[in-house]
Amino acid sequence: MHIQREVKYQSDLSPDFAEWITSVPGGEHIKECIQCGTCSGICPMSIYMDVTPRRLMAMTNAGFKKEVLSSFTIWLCASCYSCSVNCPKEIKLTDVMYALKRRAIEEGIQPHPKFAIPILARAFFDTVKKYGRISESMLVVKLALKSGITMLLGMAPLGLKLMRTGRMAYGQDKIKNRKQIKKMFNALEAKA
Amino acid sequence: MSKYAYYPGCSIKGSAKQYEESLFAICKPLGIELQELPDWNCCGATMYVSVDEKISFALSARNLAMAEETGMDLVAPCSACYVVLKKTQDYIQKYPEIRANVDKALTAAEMVYRGTVRVRHPLEVLIHDVGIEKIRETAKQPLKSFKIACYYGCQIVRPYQEFDHPCYPETMDDMFRTLGAETVDWAFKTRCCGGSLTGTIEEVGLRLNYILIKEAQRKGANCIVTICPLCQFNLEAYQHKILKKYRDFSEMPILYFTQIIGLGFGIAPEKLGIKRSIISPKKIIEQLAAQPEPEQVQIPISS
Repeated sequence: MHIQREVKYQSDLSPDFAEWITSVPGGEHIKECIQCGTCSGICPMSIYMDVTPRRLMAMTNAGFKKEVLSSFTIWLCASCYSCSVNCPKEIKLTDVMYALKRRAIEEGIQPHPKFAIPILARAFFDTVKKYGRISESMLVVKLALKSGITMLLGMAPLGLKLMRTGRMAYGQDKIKNRKQIKKMFNALEAKA
Repeated sequence: MSKYAYYPGCSIKGSAKQYEESLFAICKPLGIELQELPDWNCCGATMYVSVDEKISFALSARNLAMAEETGMDLVAPCSACYVVLKKTQDYIQKYPEIRANVDKALTAAEMVYRGTVRVRHPLEVLIHDVGIEKIRETAKQPLKSFKIACYYGCQIVRPYQEFDHPCYPETMDDMFRTLGAETVDWAFKTRCCGGSLTGTIEEVGLRLNYILIKEAQRKGANCIVTICPLCQFNLEAYQHKILKKYRDFSEMPILYFTQIIGLGFGIAPEKLGIKRSIISPKKIIEQLAAQPEPEQVQIPISS
């Protein structure tokens, strides 16, 4: 029989991570979280989350880096800002979620390799980088190619309805001055 | 004639064409001119900032810089665009590090942003600049057959609470009542539609939208009116899928607030993109035409 320790030792945690989150925009007040649960109560997505927002705040503050970054929760946040405007301690939870998403991408952590949300975020990012604009239809195709082609079949009736009502944009929309965007990327990606 | 710079956003050029059509249609009688920013780029929505914060604010600042050059307020009809532009302005002011990065990127693109643009949503322009009085004067057709559930969605009232309550806004309700429609009192005015999640984790998105439609119907509404392309898309385009799954409600048209105002102004439905509806509001509009004009109802008093 293999007995495993369920509870973490303090030495297993990342105090750096807990410190880092206070430096991101919106995370300034996170240490003041009183665990009231307003965020979890008001969040329309919390019933689908593996870790509720309240719990995620506590875990982040305690330095449960791996658990936080690999949670579905950060990606399930739909960015509706309900928690942000209702938090009695003025923690901008939505912005904290964004920071956690970025950190998860940076560290290459995903809750599941085929989980569509980070894939869409990436596809979206790459499209704007290249063309300056997105086209909804092209984005759906890109997403389907990466997260499973069956999804595209499921979308077909919807696509037909949009075509019939003239609401489907064909091809990739682009801006004219794509060089400008490129220059901006170069300026920010260059090491200071 | 009041002029505004106009930032359409990607959705409005695709699945939300009827939003743009109706917006322009109602601007005409109100004396508003919208001038589209040439060569605007995508606002980044909720996706860009999930991947790279620096570049997301810089790209958004490019649009702001172009708007600043025009010297006009910037009107953004999509809630996601609206909130991203507003957030960029706010963060540039609050965080010197973000400001420095934005400046660095803009300088490379030979652009400047001084921070003077006012970002506006069409609803707020109608309420503040045009005013309810002018809307009442322009109205020609009382919207008696409409029982509207006003759905504001999340991002226009949050986190920047510029013109209405973040959880229970009322400006759109007031406006439609002025136009003779009935509006229903419901608790889900700003409950999230799931945004892009409906496209990525459909199960969850369908349920979120089901809850909205079911509740609007329970409260007696015959249509839901939105101000955001993504809300409209989720509620309308996925409605048949939702119906198949949950069954305990009936089809419900989802319209843009600009389409409703246009009908109130007596503008022909063809000019408001009504035909682009997947779920047709034909019945409600026909009832509208069937109503006698208020003048005709008056009983003449013989002398």
